Amino acid sequence: MSEFLFKPFAEMTAADYEAVGFRSGLEIHQQVLTEKKLFCRCPAGRYSREYDAEILRHMRPTLSELGEYDGTALMEFKTKKEIIYRINRETVCTYEMDDTPPFMMDETALDIALGIAMLYDLNLVDELHIARKQYLDGSIPTGFQRTTIVGVNGWIPYKDRRVSIVQLGLEEDACREVSDVGHRRTYITDRLGMPLIETVTGPDMRTPDEVAEVAQICRRLVRSTGRVRTGIGAAREDVNVSVTGGTRVEIKGVPRIPRIPLLVHHEAMRQWNLLRLRAELHRRGVTPEAFRSETEDVTRVLQKTSYLPVRDALEAGETANCVVLRGFRDLLNWQTQTNTRFSREISDRVRVVACLTRLPNIVHSDSSSETLSSAEWLAVRKAVRASKDDTLVVVWGGAEDVRTGSQEIAIRAKEATVGIPSETRQALRDGTNGFERILPGPDRMYPDTDLPPIKVTEERLARIREKLPVPIWTHEAWYAELGVPADVVQPLAVSAHAGLFEELVREWKIDPVAASVALVQFMKRIRRKGLDAGRLDERTLRGIFTLLRDKKITREGVYALMEKAARGEALPAAGALPPAPSGEEIEAEVGRSLGRIGGMSLHNPEKKGHVLMGLVMPALRGRVEGAAVAPRVAAAAAGRI
Amino acid sequence: MAGDGSYKGYRGEALEVLKSFGAMVWSDVEITTARGTYTGIILPRSETADPFHVVVKLRSGYNIGLLARSIQAVTIHGRKEAHYKIPEKEFPFDPARPKVKLLGTGGTIASRLDYRTGAVIPAFSPGELYGSVPELADICNLETEKLFGVFSENMGPEQYIATARAIGREIEKGVQGIVIGHGTDTMHHTAAVLSFMVQDSPVPVVMVGSQRSSDRPSSDAALNLMHSVKTAAESDIAEVMVCMFGPTSDTYGLLHRGTRVRKMHSSYRSTFRTIGDIPIAMVSREKITPLRHDYKRRRTDRGVKINTAFEEMVSIVYYYPNMKPDIIDSLVDNGYRGIVIAGTGLGHVNKPLYPALKRCQEKGIAVYMTVQTLWGYVQMYVYDTGRDMMELGVIPAANMLPEVAYVKLAWALGQTRDLEEVRRIMLTPIAGETTEREPSNGYLIFQGGIPEVEEFISTIRK
Repeated sequence: MSEFLFKPFAEMTAADYEAVGFRSGLEIHQQVLTEKKLFCRCPAGRYSREYDAEILRHMRPTLSELGEYDGTALMEFKTKKEIIYRINRETVCTYEMDDTPPFMMDETALDIALGIAMLYDLNLVDELHIARKQYLDGSIPTGFQRTTIVGVNGWIPYKDRRVSIVQLGLEEDACREVSDVGHRRTYITDRLGMPLIETVTGPDMRTPDEVAEVAQICRRLVRSTGRVRTGIGAAREDVNVSVTGGTRVEIKGVPRIPRIPLLVHHEAMRQWNLLRLRAELHRRGVTPEAFRSETEDVTRVLQKTSYLPVRDALEAGETANCVVLRGFRDLLNWQTQTNTRFSREISDRVRVVACLTRLPNIVHSDSSSETLSSAEWLAVRKAVRASKDDTLVVVWGGAEDVRTGSQEIAIRAKEATVGIPSETRQALRDGTNGFERILPGPDRMYPDTDLPPIKVTEERLARIREKLPVPIWTHEAWYAELGVPADVVQPLAVSAHAGLFEELVREWKIDPVAASVALVQFMKRIRRKGLDAGRLDERTLRGIFTLLRDKKITREGVYALMEKAARGEALPAAGALPPAPSGEEIEAEVGRSLGRIGGMSLHNPEKKGHVLMGLVMPALRGRVEGAAVAPRVAAAAAGRI
Repeated sequence: MAGDGSYKGYRGEALEVLKSFGAMVWSDVEITTARGTYTGIILPRSETADPFHVVVKLRSGYNIGLLARSIQAVTIHGRKEAHYKIPEKEFPFDPARPKVKLLGTGGTIASRLDYRTGAVIPAFSPGELYGSVPELADICNLETEKLFGVFSENMGPEQYIATARAIGREIEKGVQGIVIGHGTDTMHHTAAVLSFMVQDSPVPVVMVGSQRSSDRPSSDAALNLMHSVKTAAESDIAEVMVCMFGPTSDTYGLLHRGTRVRKMHSSYRSTFRTIGDIPIAMVSREKITPLRHDYKRRRTDRGVKINTAFEEMVSIVYYYPNMKPDIIDSLVDNGYRGIVIAGTGLGHVNKPLYPALKRCQEKGIAVYMTVQTLWGYVQMYVYDTGRDMMELGVIPAANMLPEVAYVKLAWALGQTRDLEEVRRIMLTPIAGETTEREPSNGYLIFQGGIPEVEEFISTIRK
């Protein structure tokens, strides 16, 4: 591997990422807008933290095709978690509780998924087969997610290339975690079972920024259908990252796209630094074959320690173990991410797998912070017969958890000699990531024997295709050609009024700039004023644009009427509109407004012209183009009248 | 499974198309259809599925179906046949632990899903069970025997008799307890019939199944198996019992008397309930807690009475208003020798049935009345209807559950043709099938919505 060293995020260039062989892909989870959940008839989208009942379950791993337990499955089994589900009877029925078999799939959800699959140009499936994707963390009470593939092998245009869309699935959403302390994990079930599409891109992104940009394109594409949910948690990204010599690692559940680049950068950095750590270990002769570690009970040695976390535990009758990692001296301080060291990888594992959730949960001899006294370290070192080349890791807690924790410490340390473990990692607030669980293998897919396959007929596809929006990139290119302002192009493409815009421009021959500004910026302004933009339905907007087309009002007049309509006032009939003001009328209004300004004290006298314009135009109520007024206002502001 | 390189499960159009491309099941293929190109492995097709689609397992593990007639090209890259095998680990033997025999009849307690085909593969040898539920080795030394592999709805006299005989054999050999794996749908029928066929067992006979098959991570199978094996190995209750979840939560199981238990929900884990009484005991992984003390105790001898009599020509009739006499007449005409009626309320049917009941009486057909309310006793003196029917030879069967009365009548008629003797057998409680009294907590169906019930279920994990 190259000698490249990661720089701070702001200083990294595309060439730097290329040097480490950065590759990244997305799994985008987007809730679709349906009334009901996917496999039962509970209402979708009703969130509440209140609950009426609780149930308790455990998850057991089931066997894979090769008769092996999946790595994740085994890890979850080691954790021996009690899973508590909180049930609100308004949002959950016996299906989500796994006490009733599934009902037939929600047809609307399937239509929406098929429509979006068409936008991605995916090869659609003729017959859907429902699969069970196993999740043993308890996030779904069945222990698996019902999921189905709708289409494969599509693409989206990005820069001068295509980003491949591997597949699009339709599946049920999982529970929301409430807490995870010790051996008990608690979930609220309101979100469980809501329909969700999962779009998987190829590992085609070459820099962290590209990942976010592609996520934005996908987000805008699905939103352009108007049939997906928006708001917090409605869309979540999993990001897969690898570097040359690394492993595919998945960062789970990124709730906001702007957070992606830093997270992805840190994961690439972590993998790169773990590969450098491996090189250092191998240089010291610590290879997978040569790796050695031993565990000793050091409860008695540390019985009198003044280090509080350990003392409290031992006084409460718990135990402490020391794991000696041969030849690891100083390596637990090896940097992995910004402000994050290799010791964190070990502590995370101990926390998740051994359920030792009180932090700190380990101390180690490479640490320079005050933990055990040097005399105690010496005693421990003697007890485990460690040399100065070794690192000691002490873990404490309930006897069984300490046993599991000790094993995990050795397992994770040994993995460092091999490379980068396949993991899913959680996105942390500061842009770094922490261990979540072992990455599940492909062996966790089972056919769902509870539901028959579903045929996707040509008739159904034709019906869906008819109502499909044109892909946003097609729209966006056309808007740019028309001269639509750059900041309006993207919002317009995903706006519910994109269709109206097209009609106004193509058929009514309305100026694209005027139409786009009205449909995007004026709408935004009305919303900001707290007015009811919902009153501006397509019929009302057509009424206003009719007046513009017939030259009854000017471009400026459009906003005045939109605001009027948003206030619930009736629009004037075309004939009832006053005629355009005469030159004299304009002069008179300028004079009147000038008089009003006279009474004001202006902060910035140079802006006098702007202020004057702002008074004159509304007074004329959009009956005149600004261009006709501007020269008179300028003259007045300059004191020429 | 299609180890012979066939087109397993395919028929009609799909079969024709696959044959035309020479693409057999397990072929690793690239298929081009009118909708695009797809890469994966051709899977066997379920024989109940339509003859128009080909199933392909994608690299991602997902399955999809492709319309056979739209297939334009198939490139075959090779073959990847699945060999699904449950790992066997030798069940550890510990001379200090009791010997428990697990008899298998089928059902989901002991099965695994073949993830490629969706077919269910039985996991049953001690080694397979140990591989799946290693906790069993902490409880007992387990031996298993597969009696047959049928879904519970296909259990019948032949299986009842074979099971009862197998139980007798095992008791003679000196096992400390017997567990019977059974599908849940008709578990209470089998529990009842075994309660009659196996009498005075010196050891526990525990029936167990699962409501969520064992191929699911949330399955109740493992915990049910642990509970039942613990009961068989350690409890002092020498009766035929059903051991299934108490609440839907993974907390404890209930031991129900074989003649008073019934499946009460089509899919809940806690579907089995003792009707008109309370269960014998609760069982968790830690302990067995008796809820009553009138059960038969474990003995050290090897004595047991096995009586496998069974008359097949017995039927159960669920009465409904407007029932016509031809229903009963057709049973008479077809040579049935016993009829159990599940009547309305205290045990009633309408007048138009009387002539048919009279015919039963004349033909010497045994007719017994039970209640479709399930809870409560038959009482045929309260109304004239009841008295009229008794005149017609209909015999009230107290609080025997309809299904229990059905198997008991079959068992009684299997022993004798003398209707008086049949009556004596029917009305003499043998295994708690009728009780002298219904305790006040024997009928508890909580009504959701009522504040105190809501408070209860919000505080107790049910």
